[in-house]
Amino acid sequence: MDSGHPCIRRGFRLQWEEAQQAHVLLYPEGMVKLNASAGAILSRCDGARSVPEIIAELEQQYACTGLEPEVRAFLNLATEQRWLQWA
Amino acid sequence: MGMSEAIGPPFWLLAELTYRCPLHCAFCYNPVDFARHEEELSTEDWLRVLREARALGAVQCGFSGGEPLQRDDLEVLVAEAHRLGYYSNLITSGIGLNERRIRALKDAGLDHIQLSFQDSTREVNDFLSSTRTFDLKRKAAALIKSQNYPMVMNCVIHRLNIEHIERIIELAVELDADYLELANVQFYAWAQRNRAQLMPTHEQLQRAEAITQQWRERLGTRMKLLFVVPDYYESRPKKCMNGWGNVFLTVTPDGTALPCHTARMLPGLAFPNVREMNVADIWLRSEGFNRYRGTGWLPEPCRSCPEKEKDHGGCRCQAYMLTQDAGATDPVCDKSAHHELILQAREQATQPKLTEQPLIFRGPAESRRIDQPF
Repeated sequence: MDSGHPCIRRGFRLQWEEAQQAHVLLYPEGMVKLNASAGAILSRCDGARSVPEIIAELEQQYACTGLEPEVRAFLNLATEQRWLQWA
Repeated sequence: MGMSEAIGPPFWLLAELTYRCPLHCAFCYNPVDFARHEEELSTEDWLRVLREARALGAVQCGFSGGEPLQRDDLEVLVAEAHRLGYYSNLITSGIGLNERRIRALKDAGLDHIQLSFQDSTREVNDFLSSTRTFDLKRKAAALIKSQNYPMVMNCVIHRLNIEHIERIIELAVELDADYLELANVQFYAWAQRNRAQLMPTHEQLQRAEAITQQWRERLGTRMKLLFVVPDYYESRPKKCMNGWGNVFLTVTPDGTALPCHTARMLPGLAFPNVREMNVADIWLRSEGFNRYRGTGWLPEPCRSCPEKEKDHGGCRCQAYMLTQDAGATDPVCDKSAHHELILQAREQATQPKLTEQPLIFRGPAESRRIDQPF
């Protein structure tokens, strides 16, 4: 996973929804309303950033350390759910 | 529930653009009296509906029918849906899809196409739709893939094709579908008319589900297989449309707004028209959308049931079709006083008298002959 660059899978779309005050992940005939941390992680999965870069950015934004296990666990889950593909 | 403050936005707008369709499927969910509702909303009306529903919070937009490709303004509507930020889905038989139109839809920003097949073979596919369409559907599938769309292949499963489920899955693999939706027939509208012909046995269903599970394991992440179980073999009903007036907003070709695409059959319920009322008022304040919202309206035994939040008493249309009371507990539930009707239907499926009543195929002439709206 370290060498890969995650991005939102073809056919999926991440967007901020004002009516729900949340990021939603849209896909064929379905949607997932994301909590704040899931939205923050997925919004950085653009195919350009590596996993360490995503973790570093999040730790900087939230002024904390030790986010790596949580971020990696979520990226694993998102990959299993077919939300992400890896470049 | 009458307080609009407690009502969330619809997530799904289902835009039924037309009841016109080149197919004549015996399990179609369009109302059996569709020929009496031939008037269609104008392009301008549909554009306004898209804007109003999006302003309310809808994010998924399904363009369906009938066959939505019969509308020559489809690309205009798709472009507006894209501009507004919807995730747009075209739900199609594929008939009428050609190189020019799929390019135009792609340029307009269409996100995804769901393509229906009736079976894995030309003979059964064409028999079930009463048209020669199998080869056209295969061409449509190739066009969809050529434009790099995620493709959902949909096949309604019933007694006449359930034994072919493995071949249907193989066809989806061959066509490189991203998803295969094996939607066991639900008995509304035309399917209800043909229930004796279409209802599989419990054993057939279990076998089909086991085969699907084997293929899931075999395919892994290559293709997502969805197997939608039919109500009639459950002991608890499904939550009607994920909650009446909770997720889905359907607008029919003539502009009638419904909380579910078959709800027009329910007597004594005033469903407003988008020509006369804006979408926000329809969703939040109309009697039709509030009547069965939440759980406050539930009768016994549902009212005292610890599972009421799970199923909200089940499907209103099914309750009405089977008991003539839209407010009754869905007879699928084994706590219903009418559950015997479901048990009888299961029993009939094991001893079908298939020759006594021929299949009734969906069509305008047949539709005009029908008195009851289900």
